[in-house]
Amino acid sequence: MREVDLSIVGAGPAGLAAAIEGAKRGCSTVALDMNPRPGGQLIKQIHKFFGSREHHAGTRGIEIADTLLHEAESAGVEVLIGAEVYAIHDSILEVAQTFGGDSPPPLSGGATTSQSRPLSIEARQIVLATGGAENALNFPGWTLPGVMGAGAAQTMSNVWRVLPGERVLMVGAGNVGLIVSYQLLQAGAEIVAVIEAAPRIGGYGVHAAKIRRAGVPILTSHTVVRASGESRVEQAVIVKVDASWGTVPGSEEELDVDTICIAVGLRPNARLASLAGCKFDYSPSLGGWVPIHNTRMHTTVPGIYLAGDLSGIEEASTALEEGRLAGICAASSLSKGHVGDSEEIEAIEERLLSLRSGPFCQRLQDAKQKLIEIGEAQCPKE
Amino acid sequence: MRVVNHPILGDLSPAREVKIYVDGKEIYAREGEPIAAAIAATGIRIYRYTAKQEEPRGVFCGIGQCTDCVMVVNGVPNVRTCITPVAEGMTVETQHGAGRGER
Repeated sequence: MREVDLSIVGAGPAGLAAAIEGAKRGCSTVALDMNPRPGGQLIKQIHKFFGSREHHAGTRGIEIADTLLHEAESAGVEVLIGAEVYAIHDSILEVAQTFGGDSPPPLSGGATTSQSRPLSIEARQIVLATGGAENALNFPGWTLPGVMGAGAAQTMSNVWRVLPGERVLMVGAGNVGLIVSYQLLQAGAEIVAVIEAAPRIGGYGVHAAKIRRAGVPILTSHTVVRASGESRVEQAVIVKVDASWGTVPGSEEELDVDTICIAVGLRPNARLASLAGCKFDYSPSLGGWVPIHNTRMHTTVPGIYLAGDLSGIEEASTALEEGRLAGICAASSLSKGHVGDSEEIEAIEERLLSLRSGPFCQRLQDAKQKLIEIGEAQCPKE
Repeated sequence: MRVVNHPILGDLSPAREVKIYVDGKEIYAREGEPIAAAIAATGIRIYRYTAKQEEPRGVFCGIGQCTDCVMVVNGVPNVRTCITPVAEGMTVETQHGAGRGER
């Protein structure tokens, strides 16, 4: 059994930020990530961020990931890849490490479930930063090979440099749908259309403008009704949607596509939090069922903090700030806080407030406020 | 299809080749990449067939969450190919139902 002060589950922006703050305060810190590369979704975000300079405006996600990993290394964080946490009991994390680590896999090509190394880690404090998961959309043919999450297509093309398809229908014109469409264009695919059931584009105008300039049609008030093909997607049928979300008879249109990307929102990836016994609240604005937490990012389970998309779907810049907050608070609960931490916390809270201001984000601020109020009443006092 | 040239990421950097066997056929993967990417690069879209209806399935989430891309790897079924890196000499087979590997 390994013993550490702080264990982080998920080495994306939230988890790495928490790990860095914890390690900087003298906590022995291990960050666990099940993926082949740490960095979470930042490693596929090849676009530049918006906002203010302190939130990396003008910097690409992939560069932010590099910076964070470098900072984590200098702070003494141990990052384990291929490490999947499948249970939390008391303060112990049960981990299956399928690859990575110091020693080579047990067999040549032994990166398989039955050959994973078991590892138990006792952590005095835990930060869950397991991120979000893409929502699915069910329509006849949605299980055909070639129908995939927009994030899957983004991962394939930007991280692994494999084009998932050549003729793509993007379903959803929120920021994910718009950005991934542009990035698939950059990788050499044709985007046949972006469709959006709502009467208006959900994402930022700047992203929509980029793909419109490239000649991609964005069809609002449209949805997909069917995918067909022998053993993979060959056609998609789209249809107009009326004001009451019904389909307009006779408006069907068949598109020749080999890939249908689904970008209809995300939800907190909360299975581990649920296993750990965290209490949840339902918040549509935050993506669905969200673990309850207080102002210190502490859940309803003693010793378990959370940060990032797990605590409500927002953006990477918000995840970074929440991660910092969770890391500082976890360290301070181990009496490893720095002088000046309360000012630091105030500054983070101010930056979070500014990230959640503006017409796009007010409902996030309201939803978060409500969640935190429940948390203040229900989460254990340290 | 490999994304060889990219306006932001630049040209695909050289990587050591790793030989794997997909349904008996030799393919060359890039060291460090997951099995699913190596397979997709060859144009294969079907990773498994479901147990009851024998319907084809491919990559859906790409990040180890949905298990749609599981295959039989080195005789072991239900391996999530999207997060499992390739290794020299690895055998990968299209999975039928729950797979019939060693356990």
